[in-house]
Amino acid sequence: MTAPAATAAPVLGTTKPARRPRLRELSSQVGWGVLAWVVGLAFFLPVLWMVLTAFKPESAAETWPPQFTFTPTLAEFRLVFSGWGPFVTHSVVATVVSTVLVLLLGIPAAYALSVRPIKRWRDGLFFFISTKMLPIVAAIGPLYVIALKTHLLDSIWVLIILYTAMNLPLAVWMIRSFMLEVPGELLEAARLDGAGQIREISSVILPVISPGLVSTGLICVIFAWNELFLALNLTVTNAATLPMFLISSVPQEGLYIAHLSAAATVASIPVILVGWIAQRSLVRGLSMGAIK
Amino acid sequence: MAVLETGAASAPQVGIQPRAASRRDRWLRRLPLLPALIYVIVVTQIPFLVTLWYSFQNYFWNQPGGATFAGFSNYTTVFTSSAFRGALLRSVIMTASAVIIAMILGVAFAVLLDRKFLGRGVVRTLIITPFLVMPAAAALVWAGPMLDPNFGLVNYLLQPFGVHHVAWLSTFPLISVIAVMIWQWTPFMTLIVLAGLQGQPPETLEAAKVDGAGALATFRELTLPHLRPYIELGILLGSIYLVNVFDQVRLMTNGGPGTATTNLPFYLYQQVNFAFDVGGAAAAGVVTVILTIIVATFALRMFARVFQFEGADA
Repeated sequence: MTAPAATAAPVLGTTKPARRPRLRELSSQVGWGVLAWVVGLAFFLPVLWMVLTAFKPESAAETWPPQFTFTPTLAEFRLVFSGWGPFVTHSVVATVVSTVLVLLLGIPAAYALSVRPIKRWRDGLFFFISTKMLPIVAAIGPLYVIALKTHLLDSIWVLIILYTAMNLPLAVWMIRSFMLEVPGELLEAARLDGAGQIREISSVILPVISPGLVSTGLICVIFAWNELFLALNLTVTNAATLPMFLISSVPQEGLYIAHLSAAATVASIPVILVGWIAQRSLVRGLSMGAIK
Repeated sequence: MAVLETGAASAPQVGIQPRAASRRDRWLRRLPLLPALIYVIVVTQIPFLVTLWYSFQNYFWNQPGGATFAGFSNYTTVFTSSAFRGALLRSVIMTASAVIIAMILGVAFAVLLDRKFLGRGVVRTLIITPFLVMPAAAALVWAGPMLDPNFGLVNYLLQPFGVHHVAWLSTFPLISVIAVMIWQWTPFMTLIVLAGLQGQPPETLEAAKVDGAGALATFRELTLPHLRPYIELGILLGSIYLVNVFDQVRLMTNGGPGTATTNLPFYLYQQVNFAFDVGGAAAAGVVTVILTIIVATFALRMFARVFQFEGADA
């Protein structure tokens, strides 16, 4: 049964001595597999350690040597859940509203850059991507002053407005890549039926690209949920989000490592789960639709 | 199948483009684009115009009285300030080293994940997880449970190698921050390169094998050239995000010790929040933006090539 592989090698004159290919292949496969597992677990270790520490009593979290066996407790989680109320509300509102706005603005824009393109669709696309390259940090002082003067400082709207602008370019590129895949015949047929632009989008394009819209939304959710810089600079209490809750879980004194780990776990879990579920679309979203 | 977008160039064919489109038709085409376009222009460009204005003003937001014209004094300060130059240099070092090392690791991990083995899906999931952890959470967990000199897991695991209670964040602050950036961004690079590997036509690899090419030679001669656009894309996108890294700096080292880890974002944050110097921060911001535009011009060219927009003048 090993004939093809066994004969191929000597005939082509490789210097390797003839071996039993199957066995060799199998053992190398196992070797690579073990290596991959080691690498994967090493990379995951900090996350695992975060979750483990979250279940420790505070006294067991700061010991030398670190404790791997302990009586798990939910005390720190309870503490987190009792204090995170406003923060999680702000995070959810800023994330959800900005993502909805991104999709509402992004879908028509992507349409005008793909299905029925404007003449200078390339310039349009590159304008959007170029705004991603402008470092928002450079404008943080003036942003602060603008927010102050428009009474948006420490309001959830300042985050919604900025997160929408932050994610919109990415969404336009991504949605556009999905629209390009809508079969031309479908569009043709709709036009022959006399469908206008709005009906073309709502009843032909949207149903086809809805999985793509979901993955676009997920990417926007990830970036908005995790954002700290703008939140830290432009909000104090009325709109403080989960990343700021994390900072507040580090007190000036006393033991806090278990509490911090519980807060970090709780804050990270939603995005981790979303990312795990949407692994495939993650690649496409992160590459702005370049990789299918 | 993972394929870099090639449909882009054919986009106009999808739409019907009559030779002499009427004025009304042209506006009808533009209409759907306008809300997003106007939104992005207003929200992203106006702050930069205001930044430009403030860069010529003396304005401390904690002091009474408005802004007064300052001429070029803010710029003189920026150009003579070693703090700004230092922050700029550290931004470049942090971004470049994190992106390059993450990419090297990403290629290695992608090659590992491209092979068939038991539990491949699980390992892939484990590897992408660091990217999904909230950066603020990652920074705090690394600073505390992982790297703490007295009870950190890293010191414990490195004990057999003669490491004893190293205070990572004060002894090796820059390396520690960069390491966490790499930890978070390697998954991103892995995913992009892996998509490239899986898009490689199996026939060419098969042919190389039949021709007696070794694994290493095949990788260098065939796989790497095929991966090139994917690697460029990863480097480009990674740089866009990593140059703005703030969370790790703020939460792991607070820019220190001293200014050892103060990068541009952190420097600007300090200028506004602790020096209250809107004018100075604005001038630093303008200089940053100009530098960014220079870099971005090249980056956009690269983008155009990667996305195969031939002839796009970015």
